Amino acid sequence: MPRPLHLGVALEGAGWHPAAWREPGARPTELFTAGYWLDQVREAERGLLDFVTFEDSFALQSSDRFAPDGRTDQVRGRLDAVLVAARVAPLTGNIGLIPTVIATHTEPFHISKAIATLDYVSTGRAGLRIRVSGSPQEAALFGRRTFAPYRLEDADRAGTPLAELFDEAADYVEVVRRLWDSWEDDAEIRDAATGRFVDREKLHYIDFEGPHFSVRGPSITPRPPQGQPIVSALAHRPVPYQLVGRSADLGFVTPFDTAGARAILAEIRAAQAAAGRGAETVHVVGDVVVFLDEDATAAADRKGRLDELAGAPLRSDALVFTGTPTQLADLVQEWHEAGLSGARLRPGVLPHDLAQVTGGLVPELQRRGAFRTAYEADTLRGLLGLARPANRYATA
Amino acid sequence: MKKQIHLAAHFPGVNNTTVWSDPAAGSHIDFRSFVHFAQTAERAKFDFLFLAEGLRLREQNGQIYDLDVVGRPDTLTVLTALAAVTDRLGLTGTINSTFNEPYDVARQFATLDHLSAGRAGWNVVTSWDAFTGENFRRGGYLPQDKRYLRAREFLAATWELFDSWRGDEIVADPRSGVFLGDADAGRFAVHSDQFDIEGQFNVPRSPQTRPVILQAGDSEEGREFAASSADAIFTRHGTLAAGQAFYADVKGRLAAYGRAPGDLKILPAATFVLGDTDSEAQEKAHEIRLQQVSGQTAIKFLEQLWNRDLSDHDPDGPLPAIDPLVGENTISRGRASVRMYRDPLATAQEWRELAEAKHLTTREVIIEVTGRQNFVGTPAGVAAALDEFVQADASDGFVLVPHITPGGLDEFAETVVPLLQERGAFRTEYEGTTLREHLGLGEVRPPATAPKAE
Repeated sequence: MPRPLHLGVALEGAGWHPAAWREPGARPTELFTAGYWLDQVREAERGLLDFVTFEDSFALQSSDRFAPDGRTDQVRGRLDAVLVAARVAPLTGNIGLIPTVIATHTEPFHISKAIATLDYVSTGRAGLRIRVSGSPQEAALFGRRTFAPYRLEDADRAGTPLAELFDEAADYVEVVRRLWDSWEDDAEIRDAATGRFVDREKLHYIDFEGPHFSVRGPSITPRPPQGQPIVSALAHRPVPYQLVGRSADLGFVTPFDTAGARAILAEIRAAQAAAGRGAETVHVVGDVVVFLDEDATAAADRKGRLDELAGAPLRSDALVFTGTPTQLADLVQEWHEAGLSGARLRPGVLPHDLAQVTGGLVPELQRRGAFRTAYEADTLRGLLGLARPANRYATA
Repeated sequence: MKKQIHLAAHFPGVNNTTVWSDPAAGSHIDFRSFVHFAQTAERAKFDFLFLAEGLRLREQNGQIYDLDVVGRPDTLTVLTALAAVTDRLGLTGTINSTFNEPYDVARQFATLDHLSAGRAGWNVVTSWDAFTGENFRRGGYLPQDKRYLRAREFLAATWELFDSWRGDEIVADPRSGVFLGDADAGRFAVHSDQFDIEGQFNVPRSPQTRPVILQAGDSEEGREFAASSADAIFTRHGTLAAGQAFYADVKGRLAAYGRAPGDLKILPAATFVLGDTDSEAQEKAHEIRLQQVSGQTAIKFLEQLWNRDLSDHDPDGPLPAIDPLVGENTISRGRASVRMYRDPLATAQEWRELAEAKHLTTREVIIEVTGRQNFVGTPAGVAAALDEFVQADASDGFVLVPHITPGGLDEFAETVVPLLQERGAFRTEYEGTTLREHLGLGEVRPPATAPKAE
């Protein structure tokens, strides 16, 4: 049995191209309705994908990292990602649901129970993608911290204010994970003879103390169906690679070629080993923005037309791919052979490029025997080949 | 038209009133329980479902309290998931204003309102206790006397956010390339005692503009807060006379805020027991009270008032001879109800007089003072009593609190609701689609009348 290939899709607004909302078939007036998101996730599930991710941010979208750009020609406004995932959960059955969570301005206690509950309402398909926010603009929405603008290079070494936000995020994940384990699986006993609903010996204080928060626990929500829902993070530089290595089950990375994929993977594996997690499975998948058509020229032309509407060529942190689903299958397999677990595809335009993934890329990979032909599990951990973990607090 | 009753369904919570030991009792965490409960309420045309919240597991005598249901899911996540399996039912829950930030809470309620097409409602509560604060960044720093200030300012801040989009900004015209009609959409600034926030809110105006605002609290400050800002108030007044007095008092406060009597619905919590005959219902009610108040539970209640370890006290004997320990309640933590005992010595004296007059044991006293169901009888008798209560202006409806999860509402929905409909006192179909419409609240008030912090 070859090493399984894992595929996810990153959902964002009308698609990842800023002009995507102007395409025929786009539904820009429905971006704030449940039906729109449900249709995207169901399409991804038709394609037997492992998971979808949902982007999120607190500030209104902007092409400038630190300030509003005042632009009115791009999608602005978004819904809370955890709740979008909760809304589609009861109406889907197999696909993993991974909303973005911003550690910097939220409470780990709240997010731990929210993701545990997402795991309950999806019967075991929840994850989260942890993000930090160094933006002065987002900090002003909360009024409790102030940040100076940072440089991307600040994420290359420890000790910078930006790197400290990643340390805080690692603490945050630690708290979230301990809270998930703060109830043993058999804590609820309903023992009529003694009148006890729970065995309190199986409920645990987590007593986390750190520079940004201290959390006593236990959670108010029992241990979720997966035990530990999936923790993921997007990483481009050394400090975020450390976060993946220390804290995540799933890392999203942005190589531009196969050599880059190998180098990033080595860096994450080293971080994983340094964190004492060398024996654990940490999936690393490559992000690609995709514009797909049956004819490669058509895909390139389409992307060119969108660039023209947007007034500039698409800039992205990830590789931008234009071509046929077959060509994309070649790339995904090449990265897979280089050691990545698969890919997270960012459709340039919804629903077009998502339909090309599910109706083009997936059948091509299946034809090559490289991707599942039916769901083999109904939990996200199951799809990712991860067992349900033991509880860190269980003594028996 | 006859005055209409509004009905809400409280998902059974973590109080002793929820009987977990009954063979019919199911999971209070499994999503299927919530689906069952919500769909029953919706079939019966209820106005809304309500979820309570507590952010730390309760403790007594320094240990996690284990006699009642323990644990619950995250309020907003469950409500939003329920939007997927219901069409009309209002979806409301408690969210604390002390251990949250206005920007995040406003985003979540605006999102719920979008994803449920206008069915969101929010019970704003405050707490100051350091005990709960141990689970949060903010910790227990909020002094007790600031809690209504924070609640008012929190609500006012979220109104700024909800109102920051007019509703016509999203143009989304592919030809002209204009997505947003106003680059300043969502612009807001709040600078107050508790908050110092500004920027652009990133959730466009939701179908109801703001969630329906619920408020619980019988105190003077709570009543005034509700009169100024809430769309519905939860109360505990179960008797007709007490209900009428509360109703008149709170409705009388509305004019000062430029509001009409119909703008604030008064909804007492109501427990009920149904039987084929009155005596059968009374018998069932007695059995349920015994399930709700075991000897152990009676001792725990006793300790909450006495503020002492009374684990050696015999529940089947008389009340303790020793007096309650006056001062900060240290025996019970994470339980809002202990604050009701403002004068423990006087309350203990009342209990003793009750015990004397009726020859009651400790357990029987506790049953008497905590466990009496509000409406006990045949479906026809209960329907008549509910209707009379509302027609006599003792309330605008009820928040029903069943004692069994998840099926505790089924019998009421099947037997009492049709009788209320026959009496012309309750809807037979939803007329509107939003929770505001179910409650007959009309358009949201303009921002000029938003709650102001003093």
